[in-house]
Amino acid sequence: MTQKSKTGNVINIKTGLAEMLKGGVIMDVVTADQAKIAEDSGAVAVMALERVPSDIRKAGGVARMSPPELVEQIMQSVSIPVMAKCRIGHFAEAQILEAIGVDYIDESEVLTPADEDFHINKHDFKIPFVCGAKNLGEALRRIGEGAALMRTKGEPGTGNIVEAVRHLREINMEIKKLTVTDDAELMTAAKNLAAPYELVKLVKELGKLPVPNFAAGGIATPADAALCMQLGAETVFVGSGIFKSENPANFAKAIVKATTHFDNPKIVLEASKGLGTAMPGIEIGTIETTMRMANRGW
Amino acid sequence: MASKPIIGVLALQGAVEPHKKHIEAAGGEFRAVKTPEQFETVDAFILPGGESTTMLKLIETFDLWDVLKKQFVEKPVWGICAGSILIAENVTNPAQKSFGLIPMSIERNAYGRQLESHHVDINGYDVSLIRAPVISKVANDVTVKATYEGKPVWVEKGRYMATTFHPELTLDFPSPMHREFLKIVSG
Repeated sequence: MTQKSKTGNVINIKTGLAEMLKGGVIMDVVTADQAKIAEDSGAVAVMALERVPSDIRKAGGVARMSPPELVEQIMQSVSIPVMAKCRIGHFAEAQILEAIGVDYIDESEVLTPADEDFHINKHDFKIPFVCGAKNLGEALRRIGEGAALMRTKGEPGTGNIVEAVRHLREINMEIKKLTVTDDAELMTAAKNLAAPYELVKLVKELGKLPVPNFAAGGIATPADAALCMQLGAETVFVGSGIFKSENPANFAKAIVKATTHFDNPKIVLEASKGLGTAMPGIEIGTIETTMRMANRGW
Repeated sequence: MASKPIIGVLALQGAVEPHKKHIEAAGGEFRAVKTPEQFETVDAFILPGGESTTMLKLIETFDLWDVLKKQFVEKPVWGICAGSILIAENVTNPAQKSFGLIPMSIERNAYGRQLESHHVDINGYDVSLIRAPVISKVANDVTVKATYEGKPVWVEKGRYMATTFHPELTLDFPSPMHREFLKIVSG
């Protein structure tokens, strides 16, 4: 059995799973019961973590990988893929998650970074990784380290979509710019992006990232999900937006509906009705720069 | 039928777009479909890879079960991985509802989780098995086109075809499986 293709002309097995998750909603869950609600609502995967981002933000202190029992309980309770978060640079947490056998690891800025200089060498692992990015250079650095899937960072736990939109637009704009960059200028583009030359060249050829790009960080309503999908996200992660809302099952189903039919305002309208109150939001300007999760990692 | 058959890939969720180049290279037209009106416009369906539980929920949520069932009576259908689960007669681990187009039993995630996902050679074509199901039993009138570790991974019955692996993720266009499906569609 091999994870390496013989011909090499096959989409990497790690990215292959991300392809299967496209057009869906990945929901943060902290218990097996929440995982069940997520699955029943049509989530395409769940993200196991100890506390949702808005609680991490409130509690302060150090946020770490979930206790293994919790991840295992969640894995036993649902048949959809289970992802789990480890701290940036904390490859020992990642090794534990690989030993548990989760389907995807999120090396996440939502948790307190364990290394301020280096991210995990993700090529060392059989388990695929998803990482966050604010811009193209950051995305390509993570892909260079072996990430099989990217997502925007957004600003987690705020219920405020503005940062996810900023990051989606930024990445889209930088990709567009590359597609019209002269080949002779690509090395300088790579230098300015602080990204591997071969990946910069590949993005120019493809006109998109070489792995899927999902949205995360601040999605709280069906309209937020539809907005991200129309801006080119291929799936959405919803963190606090579901289980911090007034009626989680309703919100979960509604966000799934709006994601499937993101290009059909009538269905997004239907999905937006009778939901109850969304999670409380935070204005980004009121969060001190040092407290912004998106600034973690490089 | 138009000169080029229109292959509708059910686009509720999953790996839809990777089929485009394969379908075109095999002589068909690709169309992503998710509404009853769009279903009417296609000559055949691909139920793509993705999460079968999620797809079932979405089919229920948007009230598409009966509409699809009716479409499937008339048109060729190819189920891939999650899609093969949706068109099997009997589903285990856990049991779930299915369209029953091919008389076979299928066990979900039978190889294990993502750590067990891998590439395999199927009839000389390099493909991916991703959290794949295993076809544990087929009726006598089902044609087995390929096996892996002694179990069927590519089967056909009349207008219906199923693969537990993902030819759409291979970048040699078209895959032999897309070519075969287009042959079924063209009669």
